[in-house]
Amino acid sequence: MSVSPAMTTETPDVIEEPSLLRDTARAFARNRMALVGLCFVLILVCVAVFAPLVSPHDPYRVALDEQLLPASTTYWLGTDNFGRDVLTRILYGARISLVVGIVPSLISLLIGTFMGVLSGYIGGKVDFVIMRLADMMIAFPSLLLAMVVMYTLGANLFNIFIALALVGWAGVARVVRSQTLALKEKEFIEAARANGTSRATIMFRHIFPNVVPTLIVLFSLSIPDAIMWESSLSFLGVGVQPPEASWGLLISRGKEYLFQAPLVAIAPGVAILLTVLAFNFVGDGLRDALDPSMKD
Amino acid sequence: MLMFAIRRILVSIPVLIGITAILFVMLNVIPGDPVALLMKEHASPEVIARVTAQMHLDDPLWTRYFRFLSGALQGDLGTSIKLNRSVTDLILKAFPNTLYLAACAAVVSWVIGIPAGILSAVRRDSFADRFFMGFSLLGVSMPIFWSALLMQYVFALKLKLLPVSGFYGFEYVIMPAIVLGWSSAGVIARLTRSSLLEVMRHDYIRTARAKGLREVRVISRHALKNALIPVVTIMAIQIASLLSGAVITEAIFGIPGVGRISINAIQARDMPLLQGSVLFATVLVILGNLVADILYSILDPRIRSQMRKGAQ
Repeated sequence: MSVSPAMTTETPDVIEEPSLLRDTARAFARNRMALVGLCFVLILVCVAVFAPLVSPHDPYRVALDEQLLPASTTYWLGTDNFGRDVLTRILYGARISLVVGIVPSLISLLIGTFMGVLSGYIGGKVDFVIMRLADMMIAFPSLLLAMVVMYTLGANLFNIFIALALVGWAGVARVVRSQTLALKEKEFIEAARANGTSRATIMFRHIFPNVVPTLIVLFSLSIPDAIMWESSLSFLGVGVQPPEASWGLLISRGKEYLFQAPLVAIAPGVAILLTVLAFNFVGDGLRDALDPSMKD
Repeated sequence: MLMFAIRRILVSIPVLIGITAILFVMLNVIPGDPVALLMKEHASPEVIARVTAQMHLDDPLWTRYFRFLSGALQGDLGTSIKLNRSVTDLILKAFPNTLYLAACAAVVSWVIGIPAGILSAVRRDSFADRFFMGFSLLGVSMPIFWSALLMQYVFALKLKLLPVSGFYGFEYVIMPAIVLGWSSAGVIARLTRSSLLEVMRHDYIRTARAKGLREVRVISRHALKNALIPVVTIMAIQIASLLSGAVITEAIFGIPGVGRISINAIQARDMPLLQGSVLFATVLVILGNLVADILYSILDPRIRSQMRKGAQ
C-alpha cells in the first residue's frame, strides 16, 4: 500500500524512541512519596559530603563543663556526656550511614549477580553448589551471622562491609538466578547461541543488561537494610567504634543518660528512621517504575 | 504428603551440615592465639600451652570440626571457656525465657497485624488503609533498639507504668513483646492485605457476592480461608526468626535468653558459647522454614496436588 504525501505530513514530527531511562523517570516522578524520599536522600548526601561546613561545632571536641546540656540556641539538640554537640555528631553520622548503606550493598550486588547469572545459565552442578551455598547463608539469622563475622575479623568499618556483603549476596543471587532462567529461554539468547556466541559473552553481554533494572531496585532496597544492620551492630558494640559518630553508636552511648538527656539517644534514632523511610520510598518508587511485577 | 515432608527434611540435612562447617571455620580461623587472647597477660606460656592442649586447639582444623559435629549431634556443644559450664545446659536454661518472649511477641504481631491487614484490604485506599500501612512501614523502618529505648523512656521512666528492665514476671515482658512484635506485625499486616486483595479478585468471591451474601460473610467465610494460608505459613518462619532475633531486645530489657548468651559470648570472647548459641538459633530458623513448607502443603490442597503430579 502506497502512502500519500498528505498522510505522512500528518504524522507527528518527532516520534519518541522508547527509552527505559525516560519512562522510568516519568513513572518515578508521578510517585509523590518517592520524590519526597529522593529529596531527603539528596539533602542527606549534601550533609554528609559537606559535614564540616554545615556542622555548627567540632564533632570530637570534648568540653567536660558542658556535659548533657539541654537543647538551646547554641546546641540545637543539646550535648552528650563529653559535652559534644549532638546535632554535629548526627550530621557526621550521616557519612558513616551512607557509606555503610552503599558500599556493602554494591559488594553483595556484585557477588550476587555473578553467582546468580552463573547459577542460572550454566545450571547443573554449578547451579546446585551455588544455590546450596545461598540456602546456607539465608538460613543463618542475619544479625548473628554479621556478629560472628565481626567477632572473627574485629570491629571496624571495613569489616562491617564484609559482614553485610556476606549477609546480602545470597538473596540477590536467588533473584538474579530466577531471572536468568527465564531469560535463557528467550529467542534472542537462543539466537546468540546459534550464532556461536561464547557462554561468557551471552551471560555478561546479553543476560546481564536485562537484569539491570531488577538490580537497581534490589540495590535501592538493600541500602536501608544495610543502614539498619550497621546501626544494630554499632549499638551492640561490635560495629563502628568510638569516638566515631555512627548513629547506632550514638544511641548506644546515649541510652545511659536517657533520663537526664533523652535527646542524646532519641535524636539519632529519628535520623535513622527518616533515612530508612526515605530510602524505602525511593526503592518502592523505583520498583514500581522499573519492575511492577516485583510489587508485593 | 509424607514423601514431601521426608524429601524436605532430607534436603535440610546437607544445608545444616554446611552451616556447621561455615560457622566452625569462621570462628576458628581467628588470627592470633584464642587462649592467649582470652587469658591476656596473666598467663605464662606453659599455662597457655596446657589450656590449648586441654581444649584440643592444637589439633588440625578438620579433626576439631568432626569432634564438634559428632558432639553436636549428641547434644554436646562443648564447654564455655569463661563460665566453665556446658554450653548445652546454658542454652537450654535460657531457652524458655526466649521462647516466652517470642510467643508473646508473636501474639502481639498477630493481634495487630492480621486485623490491620484485613481492614486495609477491605477498605482499600481509604484512610484506614493508609494509616495501617503507614504504621506498619514505621514498624519495619524503626530500629528495634531505638523503639525499645523510646518505650522505656515513656512507659517506664516518665509514666512509671512498667518496669524498665529485668525478668521477674509478666509485666517485664509487656514492653519487649510489643517492641519485638510491632516490627513483625508490619510484615504480617502487609502480607494479609496483599493476599486478601489477591483472593478477592477470584471468581468464587464474585459468585458469593452474586448469591447476595453479606460482605462480612463473603470475607470471613470465603475469602479469609484462602487469604490466610500464606500468612499462617509465614508465622512459622516468623516465630523462628523471633526466637533467634530477640538478641537486641533481650540485651536492652535484660532478659536472660539465648540472644543475651550470644552477646555475652562475644563480649567475653567465649568462642564455644558463641558457636553453640548461633548454631542453636540457626537450627531454629531451619526448623521454622521446614514447618512453614510442610504447613503450606497441608493447608493448600493445590500445592498438594501439584506435588502429587510432580511425584508421578
